[in-house]
Amino acid sequence: MIRFNQVCKRYPGGYEALKNITFEIAEGEMAFLTGHSGAGKSTLLHLVAAIERPNSGSVVVKGQNVATLKDGALPYLRRNLGLIFQDHKLLFDRSAFDNVMLPLQICGFDYRESAKRARAALDKVGLLQREKANPIALSGGEQQRLCIARAIVNRPSILLADEPTGNLDMGYAGEIMSIFKSFHQVGVTLLIATHDENILGRFEARTLMLRHGELQP
Amino acid sequence: MKNWLAQHARALTFTLRRLLAAPLSGVLNIMVIGTALSLPAGMVVLLQNIQSLGGQLAGAPQISAFLSMDAGRDDIARVGRLLKQHEAVGKIEFVSREQALEQLKQNTGLTDVISGLTQNPLPDAYIIYPKKADPQTLESLRDELQKWQEIEHVQLDSAWARKLEAFLKLGHLTTLILATLLGLALVAVTFNTIRLQILTRRDEIEVSKLIGATDAFIRRPFLYAGMLYGLLGGVAAWLIILASLFLVNSSLEELAHLYASSFVLRPPSAGDSFFLLVFSGCLGWLGAWLSVAQHLRRIAPC
Repeated sequence: MIRFNQVCKRYPGGYEALKNITFEIAEGEMAFLTGHSGAGKSTLLHLVAAIERPNSGSVVVKGQNVATLKDGALPYLRRNLGLIFQDHKLLFDRSAFDNVMLPLQICGFDYRESAKRARAALDKVGLLQREKANPIALSGGEQQRLCIARAIVNRPSILLADEPTGNLDMGYAGEIMSIFKSFHQVGVTLLIATHDENILGRFEARTLMLRHGELQP
Repeated sequence: MKNWLAQHARALTFTLRRLLAAPLSGVLNIMVIGTALSLPAGMVVLLQNIQSLGGQLAGAPQISAFLSMDAGRDDIARVGRLLKQHEAVGKIEFVSREQALEQLKQNTGLTDVISGLTQNPLPDAYIIYPKKADPQTLESLRDELQKWQEIEHVQLDSAWARKLEAFLKLGHLTTLILATLLGLALVAVTFNTIRLQILTRRDEIEVSKLIGATDAFIRRPFLYAGMLYGLLGGVAAWLIILASLFLVNSSLEELAHLYASSFVLRPPSAGDSFFLLVFSGCLGWLGAWLSVAQHLRRIAPC
């Protein structure tokens, strides 16, 4: 589903964020990506979603080489991905419900169908009662769950999460991990970047370990 | 196709809602555009009125054909008949030498001098109102009449017609320059307005890009906003012109009444009004397009 082949990412100024990365994540697999901060976890996730492009090597997502994908094709790639950000990237000028509606509007679904799906997604993360609330009024854990609802409302086949439990206490983190687990059970491919030891210890999943931009065996 | 239309409808309602959410800044923008547009558009209306005035002014172009002093009754009648048949001639009026003398007495107050004359020095004359008032027609008609035997002298005051034409030409040129400059101002105003909108919507644009929005999707509401500003600015300009005409006409009527004329300024025709709206809408769209092309690319990611 996701295949990296000898991928290097260098930033202007010569800093090498990723060095010769090769790995593959199978369809329906759940994998953790871990390492110290600055190890290149976020960069790797960015390469999958083509938010950044590699300097060399190929990044194949669902059979497409993202590294050489044309800009015009990017939106259609991203519609197959659910992105969950550490800083949530929610929009505070609209309700929780409208935040979840955004991906569906972008894809051009009709309003009724979209509203049904958005409510289902909110229900899935336990926020159906808060659909009218502005995200700013939600707690950190609720904001993260809202971000998840927005990521899954499109029913993507791949979910990418960057420190999804970053600033949350254990209770919230556990909730979010169990949501992820339920997606894994229905066949969604998950790649979760985290350095949260508690989570890593509690779930059975392959762990990719990055150190200074290199994948540890 | 249906989906495409729905997307556009949604972008438009979204833009309208956004406009209504901040009505004051929207109205101010529209006022700026409307005022800028109303100047050249108002001038066009004024020039059109002056142009149509050319034909109906009290001093409308007329040709005076003075017959020779020895022309008899038959000659006078024949000239009258020939003139009536002439295709360039609209209306003729016969002024006999006696009438002319009488008029001279009344208009000039030279009664004493005139009554001292032993004989009437004035010839019989035809006053000819041509069908068309442009200088070319007038002059060719004059040259033609000059050749007629019975006619001693043809007098044409084409100078004023030429002056009017030159004045209108100048007016049109001024309007063109003004329209170009203020059209550019309109583009600049929408450019800046849309730039500000893009900056305040930065987060939304970034998130939309991240979750798979195409550039067209992101651009659409901004382009609609620009077009809407232009269009509503055009409506504002139209209303400004109409209101001005109403005010001017009420005092013009009085003035025209004193001149025994019923001249009023006419509002722009439906066609011209439509053109104004299309023109302003297009300029607004152009300003927005330039702004979007310039600023969207700078917003990460890619």
